[in-house]
Order: sequence, then structure tokens, then C-alpha cells
Amino acid sequence: MNASRVDGVLVTLLLGVLILWFAPASMGRYGTYVLSLWIVTAVAVMGLNLTLGVAGLKSLAQAAFMGIGAYATALLTTKAGIGWFPAFMISGALCFVVGLFLGFPALRVKAHYLAFVTLAFSTLVWLVLRNEQWLTGGVFGLSNIPRPVIFGIKTDNALPFHRFVVVVTLALALILWWLLRSPWGRAFLALRENPVRAASLGINIRAYTLLAFAIGSAYAGFAGALYAPLVEFIDPSPFQLSASFFLLLMVVAGGSGYQLGPFVGALLGVVLPEWLRFTGGLYLIIFAGIVIALLIACPQGVLGLFERGWAAVKRRPMGANPPVKGAA
Amino acid sequence: MATVLEVEGIKKHFGGIAAVDGVSFTVEEGEILGIIGPNGCGKSTLFNCILGQLSPTAGSVKLDGADVTGMNPEDMNRRGVSRTFQLLQVFPELSVRENLILAGQEHQGTMLSRLFGARDAGLTAAADRMIGFFKLGHLADARAGGLSYGQQKLLDAAMAFMAGPRLVLLDEPAGGVNLTMLGDLKERLKAMNAEAGATFVVIEHNMDFVMSLCTRVIVMAEGKVLAVGTPAEVRANPAVIEAYLGH
Repeated sequence: MNASRVDGVLVTLLLGVLILWFAPASMGRYGTYVLSLWIVTAVAVMGLNLTLGVAGLKSLAQAAFMGIGAYATALLTTKAGIGWFPAFMISGALCFVVGLFLGFPALRVKAHYLAFVTLAFSTLVWLVLRNEQWLTGGVFGLSNIPRPVIFGIKTDNALPFHRFVVVVTLALALILWWLLRSPWGRAFLALRENPVRAASLGINIRAYTLLAFAIGSAYAGFAGALYAPLVEFIDPSPFQLSASFFLLLMVVAGGSGYQLGPFVGALLGVVLPEWLRFTGGLYLIIFAGIVIALLIACPQGVLGLFERGWAAVKRRPMGANPPVKGAA
Repeated sequence: MATVLEVEGIKKHFGGIAAVDGVSFTVEEGEILGIIGPNGCGKSTLFNCILGQLSPTAGSVKLDGADVTGMNPEDMNRRGVSRTFQLLQVFPELSVRENLILAGQEHQGTMLSRLFGARDAGLTAAADRMIGFFKLGHLADARAGGLSYGQQKLLDAAMAFMAGPRLVLLDEPAGGVNLTMLGDLKERLKAMNAEAGATFVVIEHNMDFVMSLCTRVIVMAEGKVLAVGTPAEVRANPAVIEAYLGH
């Protein structure tokens, strides 16, 4: 977390925005849609990366929170006639509050207990989305979700909406970047690495555990608020338990705890299957193979692999000796 | 001199085993109190009961006269009691300076001011002073996990002092530290005691270290206090020689 690495994150983010702003030019409608879906998914993964990768809390409800955000935004913009931006803020706030309450079990016993509670919560959310037809439309879902109008500019077409998603995502990524560099970020990390020692240094374990979980959940809500107008029609299926597992996989595959990890993870989870489409029915098998190989070769994910490679490159020209194993 | 800590009849049972069996002692302001005893005699369990990592089966703990029995570790720390653990406990992914800043950050401001307020709030300067004091200057920006064992032990101790505590409980600070580093550590702890007026309780197996550092020593055996006295008195006590030093 030294200065040069943090700046690296910032530079990469800003460069990425430039590329993503212009990238869809030759991609057509569907290509642009996949690109937007990648970025929106990355927002949900960013949240889970904070909860799991930085603070070490195992949550299996990220897709459910995304569902809450998506349905809240869809209902608010279609039925209540509220603008997208307030709906987006409400979606995030709603997930934050629900996250706070759901996080309480995490204070009792760590790890598996929270995982089970979030698993049950996931199922509960899915059941509500499917069965409470009067509110959610049940399996028929909600349709005709409007795309936002920003300063009088309509984002109904794929390209303007894509650019809109890019800007919102940049803002969310910058806020997280700022948060992780604050004393809160340091405390979240301490929570993951050694909660007993952290408590002995006066770190309020309860408050930080709840906050990490709630902020991570809020990011899923923000992702849902972007997802609803992206697909313009939502039903319960993308918010099932399996989707939460998939988001978890993206955190780990991208590089758990790395700030840019979510973008790499979501690229693997969203875009790679598209690239593998030409293989027909084989794509899921190939995709699973790639992920297994990656995790065996590098449990720290793609960015962990990069970091190791970069460290090796930096060492070589200096002619320095490799670190002696077991020297500590 | 005022009494900082008053431990009265602390017991801790694990199932049928009494790990700590009715220990009482006081810690006076400015002293360096040593606790020695064979492995498994309940020293670390005693620390855990005092600081809230474990809740005692019976007995009471008073800090500056106020009852703090069973208070959680965070609140104990914010009341000015800090500790180190027997096993090394620094945050390996953070730099030396960041470890120290982390050790101090929760002692000022509020949750919100920590997020929105001035990011530094004097902590970097305080951390650098501590780095200088513990002679870790050349390692300030190094990853804590990459330091030698002895250097990490120094950092571990430095973290316990970051928030200017009233009382510091050190659990085997000399364990696994080489001789040169050991001299450094002892000298730094003595200086902390003399200059900053910090009060210590030290658990340690290294007799030379304890006897030359501490002003008073408690000897424990099988969960009970066997003897209390100055290092010289303890050395001469027949019961202590029998149980512990006798070879």
C-alpha cells in the first residue's frame, strides 16, 4: 500500500476510463452491452472485494443485494416515477441498512456462521422476488425500466448509456480507493489479518465489521441500480444463490484484496464466456478449466500473478540475490 | 505512588482444570513488574483475563480503582492499557510506519473524523518518533512481514506504546530475540519507563532479562502465586528455587 502502488491504481483507473469511453465505437450494440455488463458486474465485485478481500468476511449474498438494488431502482423509476439518481442513492442506502442488520451475526462467530446466514438471506430474497407478485412481478419480472436522462441528454442508446455507466463506475471506484487509503481501510485490513491483535490496539471490531459488510452490500445495491436500466427488464434469476457464488469466484480469480482485482475478475466472469462462445457447448467446461488452472497456479488471482511476475522482473536487472527462504 | 492495577482473586477454569487459581497482585505506577514461572503455570491466561481476551471464572480487576473485570479488549485499550502477545503479532502486509499508525489511530477523534477528517492528525510524526526511539529508522517503509524476527518483536513492542498507555503488559518480549537485539530491547524498555513514565508488567522466561529489567517479580506455579519480591529476594526464596530456578 505504498505511495507508488496507490498511484498505479489511480492511473490505471483513469486510463481505463479513457479506453472504455471510446472502445465501443466499433463494437456494435451487443458488444457494447457486454462491455457495460462487465463494468456493472465489477461494481458488485468491488463491494464483495471490500467485504471479503479486504475485511475477510465471507458473504454469499452479494447477488441478492444486487437484486435488492435492481428491484428498488426498477420500482422507484417505473412505479413511483422517481429519477434515476435518487433511486440509485436509495438503492445503495437500502442495501447499506439491510447489510448493517445482516452483519450482526458476523459479530458473534466469524467466518462460516456469516456465510450460512447470508446463504439463507440469499434464498429468502430470491423467494420474495419470485413469490411476491404484487410488488416484484414474480417470474414475469419488471419491464420497461427507463434509462436515465443526464442534464437533458437521453441515454436510451447503447453508447451513451455505456458512457454513463463508465462515469458512475469511475466515481464509485474512486470513492472506494479513497476509503481504502483512510484509517478505515487500514482498520478493515487489520480485521482480516488479525482481529485479536486489532482489538488489543483499540480498534472497534464491531463497528468496522458492520461497516465493511454494509459498505460492501451498498456497492451491490449500486450495481443493481445500474443493472436494471442496462437490461431494461429484470426477473429473479440473475440474483440467485449461484450468482452470489459466481461473484465470489470473480473476487478470488481477479485477486482478492487488490483494488483492480474486481475488474479483472468480472472480465473473466462476464467477457471470457462471450469470447468462448465459438466453442459452442464446450464453453462452460473450458471456462471452468481456465479458472481451476488459474487458482492452482496462483491462489492470489490474476493480479497476484502479475505482482509476482513484476517482482521477478524488477529483481533481475539489479543482479540482487533472491530472498533467502526461511531467513526470518 | 498510586496503584494502577489491582488484581484480586482471579480464577480461570477450562473444564476441570484451573489454569489460574486465585491470583492477586497490584501494580504500582512507574514500576516494572515481572511475572515468571514454568510453562503452563497460567501467566498468559492471567494476562488474557486481565485484558478481556478471556473472561475470568472468578475474581476482579480494577484499573485506577474502577472495576474493569471482563471489559472487552478494545475498551481496555482505549482506557490506556495495551499489550503484546506471546506469539508475534504485527500486521505483515503493512509497513512498519503503518503498523504504528494503526496502533494509534483509534485513540483520537471519532469514527467519522477518521474518515473525513485530516488523514494524518499527527500520527505519522508520532509513528516516526516511535520508529526513532526503537531504532527502526532504516525500516520505516519496509513491509513488516519482511523484517527479521527480532525486528518484528521490537515493532510489536513499539506498537504497544504508540497510544501513550498508562500500563503495558508484555508477554515474552524477549522470546526468540538474539542477544544484541535483546540488549536493545531492554535498554529501550527501561528508557520508556524512565522517560515516558510507562508502567509495565512483563512475562518472561529469560531470567537475566527479567532480573535486570524488573523492580519486582512475581513467581507463579500451577496457577498460583508462589512468591513476590525484588529480584534478589526471589532468587533467594527456597520455594522458588525448588519449583523453578532449582538447577
